[in-house]
Amino acid sequence: MISSGISSLAVLLIVIFLFREGFSLFSTSPLENKNIIVVNKTNPVSKLNAGQIKAIFDQEITNWKDLGGNNDSIILFTINDISNYFSDEEVGAEFEFLPDKLNALVDSNPTMLAVYQDKYLAKKFSGKIVNVAKNNIPDFIMGKQWFPTAEPAVQLGVAPLILGTLLVSFFAILFALPVGLATAIYMAEVADERLRKILKPVIELLAGIPSVVYGFFGLIVIVPMIHDVFNLPVGETALAGSIVLGIMALPTIITVSEDAIRNTPRSMKEASLALGANKWQTIYRVVIPYSMSGISAAAILGIGRALGETMAVLMVTGNAAVMPKSLLQPVRTIPATIAAELGEAPAGGVHYQALFALGCILFLITMAINIWVQAISTRRKMNK
Amino acid sequence: MNKIETKNLNLYYGTFHALKGITMSVKANTVTALIGPSGCGKSTYLRLFNRMNDLIPGVKIEGDVLLDEKDIYNNKGMRIDELRKKVGMVFQKPNPFPKSIFENVAYGLRVNGMNHASFVEERVETSLKQAALWDEVKDKLKKSAFALSGGQQQRLCIARALAIEPSVLLMDEPASALDPISTAKIEDLIYELKNKYTIIIVTHNMQQAGRVSDKTAFFYLGDLIEYNDTNIIFTNPTDPNTQSYVTGRFG
Ligand SMILES: Nc1ncnc2c1ncn2[C@@H]1O[C@H](COP(=O)(O)OP(=O)(O)OP(=O)(O)O)[C@@H](O)[C@H]1O
Ligand SMILES: [Mg+2]
Repeated sequence: MISSGISSLAVLLIVIFLFREGFSLFSTSPLENKNIIVVNKTNPVSKLNAGQIKAIFDQEITNWKDLGGNNDSIILFTINDISNYFSDEEVGAEFEFLPDKLNALVDSNPTMLAVYQDKYLAKKFSGKIVNVAKNNIPDFIMGKQWFPTAEPAVQLGVAPLILGTLLVSFFAILFALPVGLATAIYMAEVADERLRKILKPVIELLAGIPSVVYGFFGLIVIVPMIHDVFNLPVGETALAGSIVLGIMALPTIITVSEDAIRNTPRSMKEASLALGANKWQTIYRVVIPYSMSGISAAAILGIGRALGETMAVLMVTGNAAVMPKSLLQPVRTIPATIAAELGEAPAGGVHYQALFALGCILFLITMAINIWVQAISTRRKMNK
Repeated sequence: MNKIETKNLNLYYGTFHALKGITMSVKANTVTALIGPSGCGKSTYLRLFNRMNDLIPGVKIEGDVLLDEKDIYNNKGMRIDELRKKVGMVFQKPNPFPKSIFENVAYGLRVNGMNHASFVEERVETSLKQAALWDEVKDKLKKSAFALSGGQQQRLCIARALAIEPSVLLMDEPASALDPISTAKIEDLIYELKNKYTIIIVTHNMQQAGRVSDKTAFFYLGDLIEYNDTNIIFTNPTDPNTQSYVTGRFG
């Protein structure tokens, strides 16, 4: 009683902490290091978002008209370019003249876009500070670019990660379900007691193997195999992740669906057999329909297992944060991203917060799946 | 000619001797009641005829079981599913499939490869009529069988067994889970069905045995104690055990 209270409290605190950290992302700016973006006061552009800033820096946008301004080329200025405009003496040994020089520079270049830290803002500033859109939920979820350390503006689009996670998990289940179901049927309906006594612990053992071991297995066996079979430059692909995850989800799927199959009342099977159905007809027409909700619960639990899995996927999927287009490309999943990047993200920074927000998304997805399982199993109880 | 016959039949569950040298024969188009105290082997005996006992691990059977004078156990030409098409069974508790009323009745046809739509429809209708259920369900054939009452479910199970046109119908306490009105309906039904089928029914209800059966067999501890015309078993049995069982003074 007390211990369950403590553990629910602990879970609640973890969730609150996760969401507080995650949501603090949406009150910060994508600009790193207190940078600001400054333009000439005559420039009509007064708002930019993270994606546009990146495009400007990548020279994909070179004209103000693409940003809603006049038809003029953008002159991009960052603090590293300062020596192209001013000598060291002009800036001053302690950069004491820098703010005024920067101000003058922007003042005299109507088409310039300058990025510098806010401490270099002149006292008598005569330019215009561009309003940069804060990180926000729609851009975060729908954005396709994940460059959490890009300068000067981080790109926090997690769509590739969400899709990567769902893709890898979906195909994992697609592979695991037929195999798992066949095994479960074999164990529940075909194998004799002796064989079952051997198989059952083996499958439970499979569930207890650490995921790194599965990762190694994937790396040594599956990845080279995919590399050879499909003649790819790299074998680390979504497919490799799906296969490894599928194998890892097997024990869950087998155990849960075997249970459901075993729960089919004897009277149901006897009725079928007494009508002249053979064993396979009985399995296919009575046992499987009867245990369908248990089997779907098994599938969903398997998906849940696959969604949260970190280490093995990290090792075999190649971890490219791009929108997945096929199974034969590298992808990156949410757990793998968090595991790989949290160590190098400075605590409290935008990147760090973004990883927590990713954690929130994963939490929501798994919670939705759990609710789904609950709904299915209550429906199953009601049917009986 | 005997429809069904067992000769010196012994059945063991592992080491437990459940049926002890049973020799008995049943004529076609009769109703035979199997009676006896709980655990005496009535169900076990009944399940011999459609080889349902085969499903239980550790069962050993000695002796002969004949259907239409052909051995059904030691007979390479007799496939179990073929046998079960000829010998239908109705269980103690109604056990419809989680399917529609229509599909429940059609099940036996479908698994035996009879899938032609109009043929299936016709058979479903005749079977439901034979089971005296048609009028109650003809407007809701697509509804789940679970939506029916217990008595209706049991008649559905009878219709399901009749659909594949067996020649023998085994019934293991088919009315024990039902109310008196449903029971009366099932009994009327058994009386009707006698014209086309050979029926063996297990029952704990002496009045029922008296009402529906032509012959009665009294089992006790795995032995067949007495087998005779029903009116003789109930009015003038030879064995004192039979006497006390049918008069309700048993144990
Ligand atoms: N699967 C089994 N394994 C072992 N013993 C069994 C099994 N089924 C039945 N028996 C035993 O065989 C004996 C006969 O059982 P059976 O079910 O045929 O009795 P019954 O006459 O139908 O009883 P009831 O009237 O209670 O249905 C009983 O002693 C029972 O315990
Ligand atoms: Mg019984």
